[in-house]
Amino acid sequence: MKISTDMNTQVLVKDVWKSFDNGRIEVLKGVSLTVPKGEIVALCGTSGCGKSTLLNVISGLEEVDRGDVSISGYDVVRESTRVDLLRHHIGYVFQFHHLMPDLTLAENCLVPVIAAGGSRAGALERLRELAEATGVAHRLGQRVKELSGGERQRGALVRSLMNDPQLLLCDEPTGALDEKNRERVFELLIELVRARGRTLVMATHDLELARRCDRTVKMRDGRVEGELI
Amino acid sequence: MSLWRMIFTNLRRHRVRTGIGAAGIALGVATMLSVVGLLGGAVKMFERILRTDAEMVVFEKNVSDLFFSNVPVELAAELEKQPFVKEARPVLFSIISSPDRPIITCFGIGETDGRLKKGEWLKGSAKDFTAESRGVVMGERAADFVKIQEDGTVELGQERYPVAGIVRLENGFENGGVFMPLAVCQKSFHKEGVCSVLSVALAAGHESSEVKEWMVANHPRITALENEEFSRSYSQFKILKTTSWVVGGCAFLLGGLSVTNTMILSVFGRIKDLAIARVCGFSRGQIAGMIFGESLLVSAIGTLAGWGLSALGLYGLRALPQLQGYIEPRIGWMEVAGAMGLAAITALGGAMYPAWYAAKLKPAQALRFE
Repeated sequence: MKISTDMNTQVLVKDVWKSFDNGRIEVLKGVSLTVPKGEIVALCGTSGCGKSTLLNVISGLEEVDRGDVSISGYDVVRESTRVDLLRHHIGYVFQFHHLMPDLTLAENCLVPVIAAGGSRAGALERLRELAEATGVAHRLGQRVKELSGGERQRGALVRSLMNDPQLLLCDEPTGALDEKNRERVFELLIELVRARGRTLVMATHDLELARRCDRTVKMRDGRVEGELI
Repeated sequence: MSLWRMIFTNLRRHRVRTGIGAAGIALGVATMLSVVGLLGGAVKMFERILRTDAEMVVFEKNVSDLFFSNVPVELAAELEKQPFVKEARPVLFSIISSPDRPIITCFGIGETDGRLKKGEWLKGSAKDFTAESRGVVMGERAADFVKIQEDGTVELGQERYPVAGIVRLENGFENGGVFMPLAVCQKSFHKEGVCSVLSVALAAGHESSEVKEWMVANHPRITALENEEFSRSYSQFKILKTTSWVVGGCAFLLGGLSVTNTMILSVFGRIKDLAIARVCGFSRGQIAGMIFGESLLVSAIGTLAGWGLSALGLYGLRALPQLQGYIEPRIGWMEVAGAMGLAAITALGGAMYPAWYAAKLKPAQALRFE
């Protein structure tokens, strides 16, 4: 269902509340956030402040107790809308790569294409292009266990971009990497998103990385505390 | 990569798990096809005893077993007088024992009955098979396990009978049985004047319905059925066929449990993968489809393996000299199609809970799953 929003708004989160364990653990307490198209936003805060839950709520992976969430004007609460958004509009990168261990890197990257029913030829071309851009082209035929941590995370980045989503959500995408790989993956992420004019919302507790984004939203105890300048 | 390729890849990379699931189905299919094949073959062989050169079987109405059927022998002559009957042959079935064998099937037949002529005479000849000589003809297998005395006689029941000959017959039941002249058989079993069935051959250009109508009008306690009709309605055949499908069905249930187990393992072993698939845009239907697809593929592999296994097993049984002629397994396309259908239903039924569970997974929660 399309709800009316500003044409330029990519993500709209309005007074969202989310709790777990039958309301005993409140994680989001009236969070509101607006992200315009093409913006790169970092969500900062200590562990447990609600960054990951907010990303899950934006993608529709987590249902809200109350409040509204829309992507490009589409309500994410409905299952059919949510599936469509995840197929065509949202890419997701986790702290841990979450690649399927039984598949090769190429097969992993094609999973979103299978979900969306995209053409094989187009997908393979796009896979080659993205794999070259991220430096994993020579590793596409390898099983996940044969890849290094950095390669896995870059592979996960390729997978998230396979259907050319308008919005990329990243949950501590460099959190499990060493310094060298952290820098490389982050640079790639920013480069790919900027080059395509896409929107990025990234949860991180790394203030140094956060400062390199267009905007940094600070969260604390389930609330948006403010923005870092 | 398509969804099917993803399914295939997942099964290929978990060969042991796939193998165990397929083995469950294979054993179900093999059991079903073997039991159905064996009993179906036995039924066919019994049918052939009844239908030697005849189109119809006449027997006492409402008997549960042909061994209990009593048809007056003079009915054969009466029938042969009718223009629609070419020939009516009486056969008396009974069971007898010998010191070497507790159960031997005994066939009381007319001296001119064609079935002995069709066999290969290994000893003696048909001319000695007369009521006056009381000579019995042994099937080749029966002659193996029943001791023929040096004086050329054989002890059956409480009497001794001269052996008129030994004959090799294609039908295992006949080859393992003893043929007695009808009158001798009637006397031995206190069934004077009656037989179990009449095999009726129709005169050219006449219909079986004429025999049926005549029988209803003249002998209401006797029934006449076409061979096919008899096979369908004879309770012993029905029991055998039903038993074989029930036993096979039970084997499939066990196979289904094996599939369920395999698919549950498959789902619980990759909860995170399924959650990731959801994050990548897989719908609940696609997730369920993937699980059902895997189950169907496991079942297809199992069906092929089971088919091969049963064919091999039945071939082996057929080759055993002790079972020669008794086992004539038939695995027809109907049986194979039935087994395939059951395997598919089992696969779908077995995957129902795992598919439901996988489809209901909440991705965010599943990704936190350790």
